[in-house]
Amino acid sequence: MSDLNGTRQLLQGNEAVVHGALAAGCRFFAGYPITPASEIAELFSILLPACDGTFIQMEDEIAGMGAVIGASLAGVKAMTATSGPGFSLMQENLGFACCAEVPCVIANVMRGGPSTGLPTSPAQGDVQMARWGTHGDHPIIVLALSSVIDSFTITAKAFNLSEKYRVPVILLSDEVVAHTRECVELPSTDEIRVVDRIRPSVPPDWYTPYEGDARGVPPMASFGDGYRHHVTGLIHDKQGFPTQNSSEIEAFHLRLAHKITRGFPEIQMSREFFLDDAEVAVIAYGSVARSSLRAVQDARKNGIKAGLLQLITLFPFPRGYVSPLLSQCRAVLVPEMNMGQISREVHRVNQTECRIVKHNRIDGQFITPTEIYKQLIKL
Amino acid sequence: MHVPARELRQEYLRHDKKFPHVWCPGCGNGIVMGSLLRAISSLKLSKDEVVMASGIGCSGRMPTYLDFNTLHTTHGRALTFATGIKLANPTLTVMAIMGDGDATAIGGNHFIHAARRNLNLTAVIINNSIYGMTGGQYSPTTPFGARSTTSVYGHVEHAFSISELAVTAGASFVARSTVYHADLMDKLLEKAITKRGFAVVEVISNCHVQYGRRNRLGDAVEMITSYRDNAVTVRKAAAMTEEELEGKITIGVLADREMPVSTEEYARIRKQAQEKKK
Repeated sequence: MSDLNGTRQLLQGNEAVVHGALAAGCRFFAGYPITPASEIAELFSILLPACDGTFIQMEDEIAGMGAVIGASLAGVKAMTATSGPGFSLMQENLGFACCAEVPCVIANVMRGGPSTGLPTSPAQGDVQMARWGTHGDHPIIVLALSSVIDSFTITAKAFNLSEKYRVPVILLSDEVVAHTRECVELPSTDEIRVVDRIRPSVPPDWYTPYEGDARGVPPMASFGDGYRHHVTGLIHDKQGFPTQNSSEIEAFHLRLAHKITRGFPEIQMSREFFLDDAEVAVIAYGSVARSSLRAVQDARKNGIKAGLLQLITLFPFPRGYVSPLLSQCRAVLVPEMNMGQISREVHRVNQTECRIVKHNRIDGQFITPTEIYKQLIKL
Repeated sequence: MHVPARELRQEYLRHDKKFPHVWCPGCGNGIVMGSLLRAISSLKLSKDEVVMASGIGCSGRMPTYLDFNTLHTTHGRALTFATGIKLANPTLTVMAIMGDGDATAIGGNHFIHAARRNLNLTAVIINNSIYGMTGGQYSPTTPFGARSTTSVYGHVEHAFSISELAVTAGASFVARSTVYHADLMDKLLEKAITKRGFAVVEVISNCHVQYGRRNRLGDAVEMITSYRDNAVTVRKAAAMTEEELEGKITIGVLADREMPVSTEEYARIRKQAQEKKK
């Protein structure tokens, strides 16, 4: 638990990620310094020893991700944090975590890209990469942080989903969320729900490491607790051993996909503002959602029936919230600090006449309420 | 104490699940696996406390066959996963089994930093001077002038000396053997596993199929016999000139030193932080 639970604090987004993670039971961090995510590593290095946890700075992000997976396999909740270039390096081992179903959380504090890009400017250019960055079909959950309090609560939620579904969870923050300081009321320990992975209860001889339960999620043994088993990034059978048998390969892929599909109603998260009677709406996430809220409030003052759907879950794409909104509104605006990475998802689920309008900034500047308002009144 | 091979097989192999193995007849990997099992057996380690991690390649398949907590990671990254496991649960005995390309090309950075960091880990590197599984491309330990499928005109680069690299990078214990010197390998592995700190055992091994064949080094028996003929002990090597050592394999313990171990140092920091908190 975090010592700050239930108190009022002036915190930076990056610091709140650390406290949220500790509150959810995270006891291991491995990473590599990178702007604008470094404060996460720094604060973990200070706080983890006192709560019997471990911090280690590795030689690169590849190693950071490897160590996180190792720690999780040994039974400890673990995370890493990085920005675009480091997130690129993590993709291979991230795929391993998807394949071997190792719970872990990866915070990507987005900067402008591609390549070294704009290290100290905000962007949302890694959205599709967070979903599809590692090769091959794979399940993954991607959540967006929009504020300091989100950085606490959604980080804690990320650990819970990761543990429950045995899947890596990507947290997408951005430079604005990460470095903004806000006074926040942190939830008390009683208010924070902590989910732990289900461990096997059968005798070791009966343990089938990759046989899903009713939800499609296998109980997970830790290395060292008597359930000796094999973990591999090769496609494996229920025993965990490599297989070339096509029916086993297909069963493997389907179970991984279905465990997320089954949990979809719980995994898709959003917030709705003024949507009951909305004729036009903004669909936004991350720091842009906060600008959008102000724009929508201003529009309402001027008699426009506008609303906001703030996406917290980006993948699996929360079509359960987006599709009904598209049926309800004549137009939606999707402002993003990229060339349109979520607007293409909105297009994908659109089965109506609703007009989808993009508003994009890729100049390293934050999207202000004023510019969203200007677009909104044109819808 | 000598334990019959039959008993070792019975005790440690996943014989009902994962055989036949993928290795070619005569491959040195099996000799290294046997030696590891003898070392683990003679140290009386419980199977539940042993974690064996590997990377990708022929060597990477070894943990699949063994009844420990086993982990087949990504190419070159075995030591990074092993680092996380050891830090999360320091009571486990954690080993990483790697090949030469695995440990010193794609995983070279992890290897030198693991040595510098000095965690309580054992790294076993099977050095056969080639990428065998992918069909015989040159590796960081392919000798100058040697032929491979990517150096058909003769190799124009120079080889790493893995053990010397580990010594320089700061490993607590470094030793080299060949697959011919199985008794020596048993003892070196025992020492490495029980050593406080990062321990490296490099084993020179034969890939007669992908390396020996293209360089006219003969079959498995001929290659392994050449290790017998060309090996010199560390003590003998110390009295030899550089020219005399050309083409020789120095075997034995190259470094054995006592240094602060980072896992233990971190435990001390934890204790301090917790006392301060009270």
